[in-house]
This record gives sequence, structure tokens and C-alpha cells, in this order.
Amino acid sequence: MNDMALTATAPAAAAETTLKMTARDVRVFYGEFEAIKGVSIDVSKEDVTAFIGPSGCGKSTFLRCLNRMNDTVAAARVTGDIRLDGQDIYSPEMDVVQLRARVGMVFQKPNPFPKSIYENVAYGPRIHGLARSKADMDVVVEKSLRRAGLWDEVKDRLGDSGTALSGGQQQRLCIARAIAVNPEVILMDEPASALDPIATAKIEELIDDLRGRYAIVIVTHNMQQAARVSQKTAFFHLGTLVEYGDTREIFTNPKETRTKDYITGRYG
Amino acid sequence: MQARIRRRYAQERNFRLMGLAALSIAIGFLLFLMATVIASGWTSFVQTRVLVPVTLSPERLGVTAEAVKADPALLRRANFQGVVSDSVEQAFRTDVGIVSDGAWLAVREAVEEDPGLIGQTTEMWLITTSNLDQLAKGRIDLEAGEADRPVSDAEVAVWRKLSAEGKLEKGLNGTFLTSADSVDPELAGIWGALKGSFLTLVVTLLISFPVGVLAAIYLEEFAAKNRWTDIIEVSINNLAAVPSIIFGLLGLAVFLNTLNMPRSAPIVGGLTLALMTLPVIVIASRAAIKAVPPSIRDAALGIGASRVQVVTHHVLPLALPGMLTGTILGMARALGETAPLLMIGMRAFLTSVPQGFTQPATALPVQIFIWSDNVSRGFVEKTSGAIIVLLVFLLTINSLAIYLRNRFEVRW
Repeated sequence: MNDMALTATAPAAAAETTLKMTARDVRVFYGEFEAIKGVSIDVSKEDVTAFIGPSGCGKSTFLRCLNRMNDTVAAARVTGDIRLDGQDIYSPEMDVVQLRARVGMVFQKPNPFPKSIYENVAYGPRIHGLARSKADMDVVVEKSLRRAGLWDEVKDRLGDSGTALSGGQQQRLCIARAIAVNPEVILMDEPASALDPIATAKIEELIDDLRGRYAIVIVTHNMQQAARVSQKTAFFHLGTLVEYGDTREIFTNPKETRTKDYITGRYG
Repeated sequence: MQARIRRRYAQERNFRLMGLAALSIAIGFLLFLMATVIASGWTSFVQTRVLVPVTLSPERLGVTAEAVKADPALLRRANFQGVVSDSVEQAFRTDVGIVSDGAWLAVREAVEEDPGLIGQTTEMWLITTSNLDQLAKGRIDLEAGEADRPVSDAEVAVWRKLSAEGKLEKGLNGTFLTSADSVDPELAGIWGALKGSFLTLVVTLLISFPVGVLAAIYLEEFAAKNRWTDIIEVSINNLAAVPSIIFGLLGLAVFLNTLNMPRSAPIVGGLTLALMTLPVIVIASRAAIKAVPPSIRDAALGIGASRVQVVTHHVLPLALPGMLTGTILGMARALGETAPLLMIGMRAFLTSVPQGFTQPATALPVQIFIWSDNVSRGFVEKTSGAIIVLLVFLLTINSLAIYLRNRFEVRW
């Protein structure tokens, strides 16, 4: 059934946009339990792609496959084929450290390092050798903080601890930190779920600003948020991809009854 | 309803009172311990001296002032013992021992400073025998009959006479803090044992800290979680509970009998105590590493840090205060440890201060153990004095641990 949905939407997406990541028949097992049951999806470079679905449907698990964060979970086993620019990210030739520099991640709970704001942003470029001098680094830090919309709020206190910022500021700092290493894709795992409505609105604006520069995949519980920020939406349910297509289509004219039931609040 | 509320209040009050009572008992015991130790030990930091006119005749000494000025090394061979015993004999005309067997050392020091003293008679304050010292400190029960106390009536008479003439004074006991053990309590000191403890703990720290921290990091951050790591975890917890004397036997069997390392040496003591401290440090370090939130690891991994970078840049700095606290407490335990050191021969009677890691040495708690075996009144006092020194060091170390924990703890 999800194969049908895929054949219906994937070629259309490919025609208008550039493919950044492709996943084919991805399965994730936690021991015996199959958490993701054969998901195939395309992520385009220009769009914000939203993963929605009820709790425990596997959307976060699938997201973490895209930069191999599941490698750190000892019991997890991933099969299938995930490609970044046509390159298999699970192949032995793929260096996982390089992959994560190209596919950055922002987590549900803001998790700045307990270091200064400057150090939080500078850490990634430093370990990847992206800045040759202190002056270079200053430029990278300022550019990243500007893009994350945080520069004006913190420019006078870059030495303060990142953990002293408010929740929304911390999350934008985490986004700045991810941007600083020049990723191609940014994965966001419910980036606003721990924030108040005003901070959430700022994050959503920021996602809209970043669109086009980076391929963005966002997992969200909040359907309004998916509708506001994304161009493509994928609906997950019980480890399967039920429906994937243009956000407007999904929300106004879903093909599957399960999707319709979910977005109208029948369950979830 | 009202009755039930009253009962609940009564229960809470009783519970608080019981807690308070438990606390008071604990504090009471502690105060009692401190009070007894300090009351019987503080006098070991004080020493009684007697005023003696010392006649430094060149004939008796065997050297002249001129010869000494030319070659000060001659004093090492001069007969100061004879000079002192002659002078005491002449001044007091009694068979009772008045000055310590080691009193001549102070005379030699004075002459080394000023060789011009040779050929003159100088009044000097010399250390008394332990018996006179104890009499002067009021440690002897004079009501008891002569047979029931360690000093003779003749000594009591001498002491009465000397103190009436104002020829006795009490001063700070430098010997106690600067010299090694001795057969004479008035000459015995803890510096040898302290230095032995220090050398031993240096070895312990240098081995157990890096090994313990690396083991903890490997187990927490890199090792697969399987049956083997479970077995290792259980073993480490068991090792931490093994009685310390077993580690002493292990040290004896491995380091002395198999590897033929030097007996009684701080290096062997340090290795043995390192074995004992290692599990404590591993457990404390693992707890500290576990306390670092996983979100920090995710954050670092998420921007492409390698696992080693995650550990060295993030986990280790955040876990270090906890690791240090655990290490310091482990070291404090090692400092107070006696049994394993007895097994590897660090209980030898040593009158010299150890100069290196392979020289025979003893340790502070072992010194306390050795002295506590001695029935002489003077050593009873010295035992408590050494306990005071040990407790001061332990309190300092524990305060340091608490300070470090509060100072460097990172909060989120």
C-alpha cells in the first residue's frame, strides 16, 4: 500500500525538484521487534519535509536512520538502502563522522553544551577544521548565529554559558551549531515540542528562512506546524509510511482513510 | 477525621525526634572519640627540657675548636655522648636518668653552629628522659605505689627537686614532627611514617587514577553491553568489597614472592593499595560518566564528533569532578589502610626517614599500630599524637573532595 503511495508521488516530486536523499525499503529492528517496516521515501533539496504521525509510529526512529544516529543504539539493526546524493550511507566506505557533518541534527530537547555560546557554535567547525584562524572562526560563528536569528540577542554576551539562555534561544543556538558545519541536510526531531508558543513561532520562521539553503526534514507532533512549515508531508503509522505527498494535498485531500482520520483528530 | 489528623501529626513528630536522636548519638560518639584522642595526644606535641651546664672540654670531645673550624666533619666523630653524660653527672650527682639518650644531638647542633663553644661551659636546655617528661606532664599517677607505676621514687624525687629549682621547661616538640621512629619515646617522631605514607600514596595515585578512569570510560562509552561486561561489572563491585588484608596477601604473593620487588618499600605498598583503590575509582568514575546527560553525547555526535572526541571534549570534562571526588575518597581510604601494608612488611622498625620509593618505609597508620603495641607511657601519648596527625590529614583530604565537588559541579 505504501508502495502505491510512493509510486504515485515520488516521480512527480522528482520532476520538479532535486533529490537529496532517497530511502528504499528501510527496516529497523530492535531485537525481534520491527519498528520500521519497509519505508521508502525521497527527500528533495528545496523542500521542508515533515514527518507526522501518532506517538510511537517510528517517525523519529526513521529520522535517526538518515544520519546513522541509530548506530549508538546497540540493539538497533537497520536494513534497506539509504542514499545521500546517490551514495549509500550504510556502505563500509561511508565515514559516519563525515556523514553527520553533512547531515546535521537538531534534537527535541535543546541540548547546548555547558560551554560559552561562542564555543557551542565554534565546536563543530573546529573539530572539522573549517576555520583556519580565530578571525575565520569569528566569521563562521557570527554567520551561523545570524542565520539562526540569534545574533542580535547574544552578540554582546558570546562568553556566557549556552545553558543560561531561554529554551527557545537554546534551540536556536543548537540550530546555529548545526548550521556552522555547513551541512547539506538538517534533521529536526520535534524541535519545538519543548518550547512555548512564541519561541515555537520563532523556530518556525527560522525553518522557513533556512528552506532552500538546506534540505530540511522535521518530525513533528503538531499537525498545524507541519502544515505551516513544510512543503512535503509524510504520514507514518505503526512503523509504515502510510502516505507521502505535497503538504497541501495531504491536509486537504488525503488519499488514505487512516491519514484522514489522523488529521481530523479521530486518533493520535 | 480529627483523630486521624492528630495521629498523623504525632507520627511525623515522632519520626523527626527519632532522626534527631540518631543524629545526636552519632555526633556524641564522634565528639567522645575526638575528645579522648586529643586529650591523651596533644602533649606529644610538647616536650620537657632540663637546664644543664654543658662543659665542652676538648679532651673529652677529642677535637679542638681550631680543628673543627678547619674541618667541620670532625664533629661527626666527636664524643658528644661522653660530654653530655659527664656534664649531667657533675651537675646533678645522681644515678637517675635525667637527659635523653639522644640529648647530645642538640649539643652537637649547637657546636656545629658555633665551634667557639668548645672549651667553654654553656647552659643548655636538653631533652629529658621520657619518664621525667611524663612526670612533668602529669601523666603519672603519684598516688600509686612504686611497684604499680613506671617511674621510681628516686625519679619522682629528682623531678620534684628540678621543677622546684625551675630547671625544667616545656616547649614545642620539634622532634615529633621531624624525626623517624626510635626506641625512646622522647626521640620518636612521625616524619618517617608520614613520608612513607606520602611516597606510597604517590605510587597508588599514579597507578589507580589513570587505570581506573580509562577502565571506567571504556566500560561506559565503548564496551558492548553483553554478558562479559556484566561479569566484569559484578567482579568490580565484588572487588571493592574484598577485605583489604586479602589485597595485602595478593601483594605479598605477586610483588614480593613472584616479582621479587624490595620488601617494605613504598613502591610495593603503593602497588598493593592501588589494587585496592582501583575498584573504588572505577565505580565512582562510572557513576560520574553515567551522570553526564545522553543529550550531550547526541549533540556532539550529531555535528560529527567522533566517539573519542565525544569522550575527551565533553564526557570527560563533565565527569571529572565526580571522578576526582571518588579518587580523593579512595586515596583517603588508602591513607588510613594498615592491614595490606603489614602483609608486605611495611611494619619494620625504622629509625631513618625513607629517601626513595624502593627504600624500606612504614606508613602513618602502621606507625600508630606499632606504637599502640608499646606499653611505655611515652608511646601511649605518641600513639594518640600520631592519630591526631592522621585525622588532620584525612579531614583535609575529605574537605578537599567536598570543595572540588561543589566548585566544579556543572548544573543544567
